[in-house]
Amino acid sequence: MSQSNVQGGSQVKAKEKRKRPKKWITPKTVPYIFILPAVLFFLIFTVYPVISSLLLSFQTRVGSDYEFVFLENYTRLFQDPLFYKSLGNTFLILIIQVPIQLFLAVVIAVALNSQFVKMKSFFRVAFFMPAITALVASSIIFMIMLDENYGLVNYLLSIVGVEPIAWLSDPFWAKVALMVAITWRWTGYNMVIFLAGLQNIPGSLYEAAEMDGASKLRQFFYITIPQLKPIFLFTFVLSTIGTLQLFDEPYILTEGGPNNSTLTITLYLYENGFRYFDFGYASAIAYVLVLIIGVLSWAQMKWAGEDK
Amino acid sequence: MKQMSPMKKTLLYIFLFVGVIVSVFPFYWMFVGATNPSGEIFKVPPNFFPGTHGWENFTNLNENVGIIRVLGNSLFITLTFTVLSALICTAAGYAFAKFQFKGRNQIFFLLLVAIMIPYHVTLIPLFEIFSKVDWLNTFQAVILPQVAYPFAIFLMRQNMQSIPDSLLEAARVDGAGEFHIFFRIVLPVMRPALAAVAIFLFMFQWNNFIWPLVVLQSQDMYTMPVALSSLVGMSRIDYGQVMMGTTLSTLPIMIFFLLLQKQFISGILGGSVKE
Repeated sequence: MSQSNVQGGSQVKAKEKRKRPKKWITPKTVPYIFILPAVLFFLIFTVYPVISSLLLSFQTRVGSDYEFVFLENYTRLFQDPLFYKSLGNTFLILIIQVPIQLFLAVVIAVALNSQFVKMKSFFRVAFFMPAITALVASSIIFMIMLDENYGLVNYLLSIVGVEPIAWLSDPFWAKVALMVAITWRWTGYNMVIFLAGLQNIPGSLYEAAEMDGASKLRQFFYITIPQLKPIFLFTFVLSTIGTLQLFDEPYILTEGGPNNSTLTITLYLYENGFRYFDFGYASAIAYVLVLIIGVLSWAQMKWAGEDK
Repeated sequence: MKQMSPMKKTLLYIFLFVGVIVSVFPFYWMFVGATNPSGEIFKVPPNFFPGTHGWENFTNLNENVGIIRVLGNSLFITLTFTVLSALICTAAGYAFAKFQFKGRNQIFFLLLVAIMIPYHVTLIPLFEIFSKVDWLNTFQAVILPQVAYPFAIFLMRQNMQSIPDSLLEAARVDGAGEFHIFFRIVLPVMRPALAAVAIFLFMFQWNNFIWPLVVLQSQDMYTMPVALSSLVGMSRIDYGQVMMGTTLSTLPIMIFFLLLQKQFISGILGGSVKE
C-alpha cells in the first residue's frame, strides 16, 4: 500500500512539473478560490452596507445631498417618544412572551419524552407544523381568527360566556394578540430543540435519583433543568434576537396600532426608512438595535459562562 | 421502571392532544376559508367545513394580484437563490474546514460576527446600492444580498470537518484536481448536510418578507409574502381570496415537510438538532 502510494506521489509530481507553467490552481491558491465568491458577496452586500449604514446614521438629507450632522440623529432619537414606545413594546414582548414560550416548549418536550407516550414522531411533526409557515401567512390566519365581531376565537369564547374581546383594536389586547400569534409560530420549533436536548441526558442520572427515592418533580428540577441549561441559553439567545427584530407579525396583524401599542423597533425603522425616506434617522435606529443585540447577547453568554 | 397510573396517562394524552389541535387547527381553518366565499368565514355560528368555492377564489385571486405569476416569481427566486447560495456557502465552508491559509481565522471570525448582526441594518444601504445600478424591482435584487449566508457557511464548515483528510490526500495522490475533488468526492459525501442547508436556505427565501417588500415595487414582480401583505392592505378585503393565497403559500411547503420530516426539521433548525 504505502509503496504504491509513494510511487503514485512521484508520478504526480512529475506530471505537475510538466504542467506547472500553466497552473494557477495549486494547493496554496485553491482555498482562496473556494472562498472568493462568498467573500466577494459578503463584502458587497454585508460589510459595505454595515459600514455605510453607520456613516449614514451621522448624516441627514438636505435637498438631494447628505450632510454630516454628527450625533444629531441620535440626540433626536433619545427625545423621540415614539422611539421609546417602540423600545418599550419590544422589551415587553421579550420579557413576557419569550419565557412563556420557552416554558411551554419545555413542558411539552418533557411530556413527549415520557416513556409512556406512543406515536412520538406524530406528535413531534404536529407540534413542529407551525414553524414551516411564512410569518406573513401565520399572521394573516391569526388576523382572521381574532376578528372582533366575527372571529372564531371570540365565537368560541362566547360559548363559555366571555364578552367579545377587541383583539386587534384595543391597545392592551393587540399586544396579547401579537404574543399569541408569535407563541403559536415558535413554541414547536423550540420544543424540538428541547426534545433533542432531553434525549441527550444520560438515563443513569435518573436511575440513580430513582434509587435515592427522589420524586419525579424533584428529578425535573434537579436533573432535567440543570442538564438542559445549554439548550435554555441557546433558545433564549435565539428568541431574544428574533424578538428584537420583530417585524412581519406586527406589520400584518396590527400595522403597529392601535395608537402605536404594537409598534416595534424594526417596524419604526421601516417606517422612517421607507415611508418617510429619512435614511439617516432610520440608520441611527438600526445602530441602536445592533448595540442592544450586542449587549444582550454578550450578557447572556457571560451569565451562562459564569456557572460553568 | 414504575408504571404510570391510568389517570395520569390519560391526563398526559389529553394535554398533548390539546396541544396538537392548537398547533394544527389554524391550518384547517385556512383551508376552510380558502374553499368558501368571503362572507362564510365570518358567519356566526361559524361554518367548520370546507366548501366548493375554492376554484372561484383562485381565479378571483389570480385576476386580483396575478397569483400564478406571483407563485412563479417566488419559485424562481427561491430556487435560484437556494442553488447559488448552497454552492457558494459549501465551497467556502470546505475551504475553512479543510485548508490552512493566511487570513483564514480572521475571515471566519468576521463571518461569525455577521451572524449576530440584524439584517435590517443593511436594508437602507442595500436599497441605495440597487437604486444606483438601477436594479430596484428586479429578481436579482431579491436574490443577491443574502447569497453569502454566514450561518450556512458556518454549518457547512462544521459538517466538513468530519471528512477525513486521508480521503482528500488519497485523491490528490491519484492526481485528481482540486475542483474534481470538491465536486466528485466532497459534495457526494456531504449530501445529508447539503440537504439540510438547502432546506434552511429555501425556507428563508420562500418566507423572506421585509427586503422584497422594500425592493419590489410592482405587482408583476411580487413574491408570495409581499402579494399576501398587499391583499390584506386593500380597503375591501376578500377573505376567501386571502385564505386561498395563504394556502397556496403554505401547502407546497407542508407537503414537502410531511414527506421529508426529518430532513426538514433539522434543516429549519439549522442543524442544531442532529437526527
